[in-house]
Amino acid sequence: MSRIGVFTCHCGENIGATVDCAKVAERTRNVPGVVHSVDYKYMCSDPGQSMIKEAIKEHGLTGVVVAACSPRMHEPTFRNAVEEAGLNPYLCEMANLREHCSWVHEKNDATTDKAADLIRVMVEKVKHNTPLHPIRVPVTKRALVLGGGIAGIQAALDIANAGHKVVLVEKSPSIGGHMSQLSETFPTLDCSQCILTPRMVEAARHPNITLMTYAELEKLEGFIGNFKATIRRKARQVDEKLCTGCGLCITKCPNKKIPDEFNEGLGKRSAIYVPFPQAVPNKPVIDKTNCTFYKSGKCKVCEKMCPTGAIRFDQQDELVTLDVGAIVLATGFKVMRTDKFPEYGYGKYADVIDGLQFERLASASGPTLGVMKRPSDGKEPETVVFVACSGSRDRAKGVPYCSKICCMYTAKHAMLYKHKMHHGKAYVFYMDIRSGGKDYDEFVRRAIEEDDVKYIRGRVSRIYEEDGQLIVKGADTLMGGEPVEIKADMVVLATAVQAQDGSEELAQKLHVSYDPYHFFAESHPKLKPVETNTAGIYLAGACQAPRDIPETVAQASGAAAKVAALFSRDELTREPVVAVVNRLPAPTFSYCVGCFLCQSACPYQAIEAEEIRGRDGTLIKTLAKVNAGLCQGCGTCVSTCRTKAIDIQGFSNEQIFAELMTL
Amino acid sequence: MKIGYYPGCSLLGSSREFDESVRALAQALGLELVEVPDWSCCGASSAHVLDHRLALALPARILAQAEAAGLTEILAPCAACYNRLATARDTLEKDPALARDIEAVIGQPVTGNVRIVNVLEVLDRFRDVIPGRIAKPFAHKVACYYGCLLVRPAKVLKFDRPEDPRSMDRLMAAAGAEPREWNFKTECCGAAFSVTRTDLVAKMSGKIVADAVRHGAEAIIVACPMCQSNLDMRRPEINARLGAEHTIPVLFITQALGLAMGIDATKLGLQRHMVPAVMTPAAV
Ligand SMILES: Cc1cc2nc3c(=O)[nH]c(=O)nc-3n(C[C@H](O)[C@H](O)[C@H](O)COP(=O)(O)OP(=O)(O)OC[C@H]3O[C@@H](n4cnc5c(N)ncnc54)[C@H](O)[C@@H]3O)c2cc1C
Ligand code: SF4
Ligand code: SF4
Ligand code: SF4
Ligand code: SF4
Repeated sequence: MSRIGVFTCHCGENIGATVDCAKVAERTRNVPGVVHSVDYKYMCSDPGQSMIKEAIKEHGLTGVVVAACSPRMHEPTFRNAVEEAGLNPYLCEMANLREHCSWVHEKNDATTDKAADLIRVMVEKVKHNTPLHPIRVPVTKRALVLGGGIAGIQAALDIANAGHKVVLVEKSPSIGGHMSQLSETFPTLDCSQCILTPRMVEAARHPNITLMTYAELEKLEGFIGNFKATIRRKARQVDEKLCTGCGLCITKCPNKKIPDEFNEGLGKRSAIYVPFPQAVPNKPVIDKTNCTFYKSGKCKVCEKMCPTGAIRFDQQDELVTLDVGAIVLATGFKVMRTDKFPEYGYGKYADVIDGLQFERLASASGPTLGVMKRPSDGKEPETVVFVACSGSRDRAKGVPYCSKICCMYTAKHAMLYKHKMHHGKAYVFYMDIRSGGKDYDEFVRRAIEEDDVKYIRGRVSRIYEEDGQLIVKGADTLMGGEPVEIKADMVVLATAVQAQDGSEELAQKLHVSYDPYHFFAESHPKLKPVETNTAGIYLAGACQAPRDIPETVAQASGAAAKVAALFSRDELTREPVVAVVNRLPAPTFSYCVGCFLCQSACPYQAIEAEEIRGRDGTLIKTLAKVNAGLCQGCGTCVSTCRTKAIDIQGFSNEQIFAELMTL
Repeated sequence: MKIGYYPGCSLLGSSREFDESVRALAQALGLELVEVPDWSCCGASSAHVLDHRLALALPARILAQAEAAGLTEILAPCAACYNRLATARDTLEKDPALARDIEAVIGQPVTGNVRIVNVLEVLDRFRDVIPGRIAKPFAHKVACYYGCLLVRPAKVLKFDRPEDPRSMDRLMAAAGAEPREWNFKTECCGAAFSVTRTDLVAKMSGKIVADAVRHGAEAIIVACPMCQSNLDMRRPEINARLGAEHTIPVLFITQALGLAMGIDATKLGLQRHMVPAVMTPAAV
């Protein structure tokens, strides 16, 4: 016979002001099976919890219903309390009187009636509850970091320094990400490469880090602590082990006119190439779409030149599977390109460039060796206009958000330009200057006050070419909307920061959520900024939202700390709310008839086949079996099973029917 | 094929050649134009700066008249009419309460079951037919000038790309012309300020004419009576301002296509222009 205790909480005024809690407790005393029913102001408080513990002992309760807030808030609290009193925690359930009743109804008798009904339903459920035990799963102490920008590098280093193995997977031929393309960095103007390359080298040398460049995630299975990742290592057509990085192949490759991605199309590279001199690893790849051999079957100059015989024209992509316990997503961002701006010439004017192109022009390792020369004719630009918020904060462009970094890098760009061309004129069109951050506003003030950058508050409506110059038309809203026209030699658009291409597909592969703009979504905007909704997968850097380097690095270290905390345990426990296939004595063994409809229905590939064999090894029956590690307890299989052989622990058909029948 | 037709006042007055050429072209393409019965003023450039309800009531009456006549589509060649009719329809659709109010003002029901289209949209439906009908290719370099009313606001009109439209360029290419890339496809010509602030219009329209010439155009092609008259009729003021002698003609797309399809120049009203629209054969 059930002996159930019911504890009704006022939640201060949240429930108490709308529901007559004393009356509810009173009425509940008459529900069959209830031996104890009380109400209290704050059930979750220490005294409240003690009331539950004492009642369990005093009344010999076999089940507990706490009628309070959402189980998402306090189920763990009450289940712990119940466990401390010696009862199996899964014999405790919550009736949600707050979200499901007091918050959504007026204060009246019907509301109090509903509260009593919600409790009655839960009492019926608890009568059918059985003791359950958390599922224990082992943890594979190796992390996978996707993306080798500063976020991925930092996260990999921190995890590796905590003593765990890391595999760092980078899509492009070298790690480094966008930071490797930057000239100098705000707010200190230190050289980006100088601060980044030591980290790149450290990552490559670290005994705990395995670098996989030119590689991408193909598939992911499993769950926290027990992921199985399949990585596609794209064919470099170069044997990384034999290649010494001498670069002879690159010098001799006859095909040298290919727009260079690292220099944002402002320079040229050969078909076999290393993206930049400090690339890690410093081993070339052959760009198959542009290589003469792959196009016409002739050439192979690189093969003839290579002193170590490292060129491999027949090399194929390779699939590698890895067991990993945690994943850090650090795939970064992209910038909107100038072709998205019809009003600014939709990319047809060579001298209207984006911020990354400006970084390459300003960089000592760039196509102009850091000398200010405009792309169209190499002329030194006497007047440069910088346009902030290009595409950002612009619903028409599909980017209502602020890209966060461009106010700062625009000030930096104008400053770098003025440092290189003292007599030049720099104008910045802006909407607001958003320079929150340590030493950030001072940096912008320096651009305006010391470097004489002219800031004009207003939007640019159009840019067009006239007699070899760019006419920038805008308005000065601080001068009463006065139209402004500037004849410029070069225009730099601070274009919007957007989610990396392919983010949506990647998110789907990983089962993590993403926002409407395809940035990966954090689990909670304030309290879980580095977690995703999928346990064991963490976020770092600009793949989550526009970020500058200091924020990126901080978040990467945060994600690494989460991984290290996870790896500090040998086993993980999971809620036992999973499906089970029923088992019966021979000769039936189970209601399961082996139709495997459930297997095709399960979205998590959690259903396997189990063979029942006789003593002599002959096959008697094949049954469905749920892998408790993979099962997410969604219940799809339960609704498909024709013989009712499969059920969810804690939410069985019996329990749910019992709840419905009492209503 | 049948379509409702709203000429509007400028097509009866200063821009008669637009009406003539639309009708001539429609006839050649087998498109029957059914005039909206007892149509009235759309409010054009003045009503919406004076009174919001008036600016809606005027076009609403036209919509109601068209609906009552069982029309489902109205061709409005004038860009201002097109813009006002489409905007009013959209506003009333999104605000049923306002729609009821306006119905009371005009004393007629408006359901919004009629679509407003411009000349370019209608001609685009004949894009597969037109190339086969070209008798005398319009072998000239042209600057296609859309003006501001044909493509904006993009959310309401949903026609072509608001910053860099292409539909007219495609049609002109089909007629054998060479559309030039130039800067001022959608720049404002000064529109109705032509009378009150001729100086301003001369300045704004002058920039457009000069840029078209600078980009090698031999004709400016338009689809709006206001654009046409500002670039054409105000040419003396424009030239005086620029200190230039620009003789580049300004043709309606319907005139240019009509010529290419072998329709007689007078039927297209070419003689009515201020800047002579003589297109001497040129090598393209
Ligand atoms: C013009 C410009 C100037 C800037 N200037 C400054 C500055 O002065 N100071 C400052 O603090 N910040 C600056 N920033 C911001 C800075 O670039 C970013 O904060 C930083 O690069 C973010 O690092 P990340 O690792 O998150 O992303 P990224 O640098 O984008 O790196 C992501 C990496 O992941 C890889 N990747 C992508 N997809 C996959 C995949 N599916 N699988 C595997 N790998 C993948 C990419 O190839 C890349 O290597 C600037 C940004 C721009 C655009
Ligand atoms: S085979 Fe390809 S990569 Fe090698 S040298 Fe020739 S073009 Fe360059
Ligand atoms: S020549 Fe051979 S060893 Fe030298 S960089 Fe090229 S592939 Fe590597
Ligand atoms: S950071 Fe500045 S420039 Fe960039 S979108 Fe925000 S306000 Fe605009
Ligand atoms: S409950 Fe869902 S996840 Fe678990 S086995 Fe059934 S269908 Fe698969």
